Amino acid sequence: MNVLALSPSDLAIAALLILALAALSRRLRIGVERPLLVSAARSTVQLFLIGLVLKVLFESAQPLWVALLATVMLVVAGREVMVRQKRRFVGGWGFGVGTLSMFVSSFTVTLLALLLVIGTDPWYAPQYAIPLLGMVLGNTMNGISLGLDRLTQDAAQGRAVIEARLALGQDWQRAISDSRREAMRVGMIPIINAMSAAGIVSLPGMMTGQILAGTPPVEAVKYQILVMFLIAGGTGFGTMVAVSLGARRLFDERQRLRLDRLRLPAH
Amino acid sequence: MPRLRIQQLLTRHVGPIDLSIGAGECVCVEGASGSGKSLLLRAIADLDPHHGEVRLDDASCASLPAPAWRRAVALLVAESQWWSERIRDHFEYGVDVAWIERLGLPAAAMDWEVARCSTGERQRFALLRTLMQAPAVLLLDEPTGNLDQDSTRRVENLLDDYRQQRQAALLWVSHDAGQIERVAQRRYLLDNGRLQESGRQ
Repeated sequence: MNVLALSPSDLAIAALLILALAALSRRLRIGVERPLLVSAARSTVQLFLIGLVLKVLFESAQPLWVALLATVMLVVAGREVMVRQKRRFVGGWGFGVGTLSMFVSSFTVTLLALLLVIGTDPWYAPQYAIPLLGMVLGNTMNGISLGLDRLTQDAAQGRAVIEARLALGQDWQRAISDSRREAMRVGMIPIINAMSAAGIVSLPGMMTGQILAGTPPVEAVKYQILVMFLIAGGTGFGTMVAVSLGARRLFDERQRLRLDRLRLPAH
Repeated sequence: MPRLRIQQLLTRHVGPIDLSIGAGECVCVEGASGSGKSLLLRAIADLDPHHGEVRLDDASCASLPAPAWRRAVALLVAESQWWSERIRDHFEYGVDVAWIERLGLPAAAMDWEVARCSTGERQRFALLRTLMQAPAVLLLDEPTGNLDQDSTRRVENLLDDYRQQRQAALLWVSHDAGQIERVAQRRYLLDNGRLQESGRQ
């Protein structure tokens, strides 16, 4: 493959864009220069670190280390889902609902791809397992946090309606059905939109990266389609599991709406 | 045997409450805003966690599945709530056309959009919706709060007939002294979370 290696000065030129943007933000008093610079610095450091980790991992290919990295990714994603909730569940559920749903969907989908589709040897080959898991996990994380956020907000704002339906003798599934459906839809919209626009409006990042690195376009396209479908599966099933678990948790054993299980929004 | 029996009921800010209501009896509760009237009704309908026991005839609240309990011991909240487009979508058990007319509502309004109905019309439809599930106990939270005098009387008459025909027990929260005089067989004042009997009719 004819990979054109990037030199530090190449990256420095790209970094000038960030600096120019920060300078403009300061001059116009938009106030985003600090977060912009901090996040740019963070992504540089984090990506180099994961690059080093992957380098070591690819050389050793120990299943234990692959599992460890996968666990770290899951826990970080679970924390991210939790802090993005305006009203999250109190106690272990705040972290648990999102993390469990991501584990169930992302890991299943990635395993399915590794074992049945790509068929790598060994199946946990980190060159495939980690990037695939990362892409599925990152998107599933977005879907789940959007869906859960919508569900809990809807339940809090629509409390009077939900309780009126309970008072009319509806069971909890029916009383919350509108909010649950809407939350699942909201969680899945981004990936549906991404699939519709793929190739026409946007060239997905993974495919672009592969093409820049010298892969023939048609090969890159096939991988992109695979990844899109995996992401859609992971996001869709993950959102459904998370929203269903969340909806269940909003009601107790006597089918009472328990908003006291949600933390108040911290503005 | 009383139709509804409440023993040592304790919920947030309210209780302990002991109260029995016989079949075909109407009991009114009055009290200042914030005295816990709505909380008391919510606890009886099992919408809030509570201690103590509530029994319908000889069945305890815990012995029935929650939806079955709430169909039999029906809470009608002060502000009616709607979730579908049309009024009719909210009536699962059909509707008694005679009752629509008795409440002074146009029968065609069943097919109206909810948004087209006035607050008072919605409140009366919400009452009908609850009556159609044939509850044995009615927990009424200011059921005529948004109604004019004529509509108020119509609601009182319909509820009176329902109570006698079905031998239903009514627990009626009201701020209107005249209304309490008209409908109550016993009346209580809820003060600081405790019930005090406030004179027999």
